[in-house]
Amino acid sequence: MRPGFEESGMIYDLLIGPFAEFDFMRRALVGVLALGVGAGPIGVLMMLRRMSLAGDAMAHAILPGAAVGFLAAGLNLFAMTVGGLVAGFAVALGAGAVARATQMKEDAALAAFYLVSLALGVLLVSLRGSNVDLLHVLFGTVLALDDATLLLIVSISSLTLVALALAWRPLVLESVDPGFLRSVSRAGAPTHLIFLALVVMNLVGGFHALGTLLAVGLMMLPAAAGRFWTRELTTLVGVSVLIACASGVLGLLVSYHSGVPSGPAIILVAGGAYALSVLFGPVGGLLPRFLPQRHLEA
Amino acid sequence: MGNVVRNVLAFRNLTLGYDRHPAVHHLEGEVPEGDMLAICGPNGAGKSTLLKGIAGVLTPLTGRIEGHVPAREIAYLPQAAEVDRSFPIDVYDLVSMGLWRRAGLFGGINRADRARIEQALAAVGLEGFEARPIGTLSGGQMQRALFARLLLQDARLLLLDEPFTALDAGTITDLTALVKRWNGEGRTVIAVLHDFELVRGHFPRTLLLAREAVAWGATGEVLTSHNLAEARRMCEAWDEDAPACAPASRRAA
Repeated sequence: MRPGFEESGMIYDLLIGPFAEFDFMRRALVGVLALGVGAGPIGVLMMLRRMSLAGDAMAHAILPGAAVGFLAAGLNLFAMTVGGLVAGFAVALGAGAVARATQMKEDAALAAFYLVSLALGVLLVSLRGSNVDLLHVLFGTVLALDDATLLLIVSISSLTLVALALAWRPLVLESVDPGFLRSVSRAGAPTHLIFLALVVMNLVGGFHALGTLLAVGLMMLPAAAGRFWTRELTTLVGVSVLIACASGVLGLLVSYHSGVPSGPAIILVAGGAYALSVLFGPVGGLLPRFLPQRHLEA
Repeated sequence: MGNVVRNVLAFRNLTLGYDRHPAVHHLEGEVPEGDMLAICGPNGAGKSTLLKGIAGVLTPLTGRIEGHVPAREIAYLPQAAEVDRSFPIDVYDLVSMGLWRRAGLFGGINRADRARIEQALAAVGLEGFEARPIGTLSGGQMQRALFARLLLQDARLLLLDEPFTALDAGTITDLTALVKRWNGEGRTVIAVLHDFELVRGHFPRTLLLAREAVAWGATGEVLTSHNLAEARRMCEAWDEDAPACAPASRRAA
């Protein structure tokens, strides 16, 4: 056997074998790729709208909703999805309404709402006694995605892309210059609501695979990493999707070969991409800053 | 109609304010079409508040603003516009937002529009800046870009809130010329300004505001030292425990 062949066999075992061999790995692959495609652009907009931490708050808000769904109907995809969506929408809309109707800023309103939602969820769960299966909600089961769940995740990603394509212009405009959008159009408030709905939907899609808390990671880490590589919005979205999908695939492989849980592995790979970007990213990264080149001529 | 000049705006017993405190109090008056009106007055006189009211951002506490131009024909440049300078967008895209009225949510930008964008950039002296991220612009260049966007809005009524604050003399001269050109095209311009020299030089009419109108008319007759002192005196009076103002109908009775 030629050495080159042996080498390519090793690479095959490392990168492709797990997916070719096991059905659950292929399902997980489809799941993380679909999640990455939806979460990439959503994360970029969240970051640019200074809502990086709002995603985390909404993820906390979804948790009790999903838990209530679980308590009502067991490990039922439909009940948990509906529960998560209802809780997420209630918190996002409630906080948004309070922020627009009163003097309170949206971040403070969001904090108030998600904390109440979280406490309510914990109370409800403790009334009915806890269950080990609830860990499914917390940390997800990307290696056990069934057809229905996969379909849900892919549908959410597709819907996200269509909705973003339609609302892209007002979304960008509201992020750059909200005052200007208000002065030329009434599209601002509905656009913001559509965006919040997309965030909640993507988090709900993500929690089946990664758990409610880690689902935010696949949104924010690729976006935050991408910011170090480009100054251009369209490219930024592309880079984020790329990082999100690559983190998903690499995370699955790391998890397969080393036997660690896959959800955290995926997010840690994304975290690694972020760390590398902070260090080496050409747009404001540490290394370009500490190895300054001579300034240009005026 | 003949030579009768139509009003673009009429203020009828207009009171605007925040949290029940009036910032503009019982204002009456009209703005004729094609006017070039400066609004002057001390800080806290209600100048920005009045522009917000005209732009429709703020709802009157009492009274009303009769607008005779549709809202989409009004272009409003707020004081310290809330542009997120860190957003990854270039000058060309920022300026092209001015075409919103034509392009709306989904409309494309065709070759004629592109030519208009280039003309607008040239008019404010920003040729060659198309691909620059807005974060790299200086304060003056940013204001020029916002003026290019105003130009593309092609509005009948322009509201400018302290458009020349913190700009150098050259930029102010260029942008003032642009504003006068707009006015020459028959557009109505209302600008909040602090520089009396600039107002005397370029704005034929002035409203001196100190919550109430101190004087409103030809600039030379409005900006007298007596009126300015009066405006300062009226603005410094601020009563935290002011009683509710009687409704206009009851006051008139």
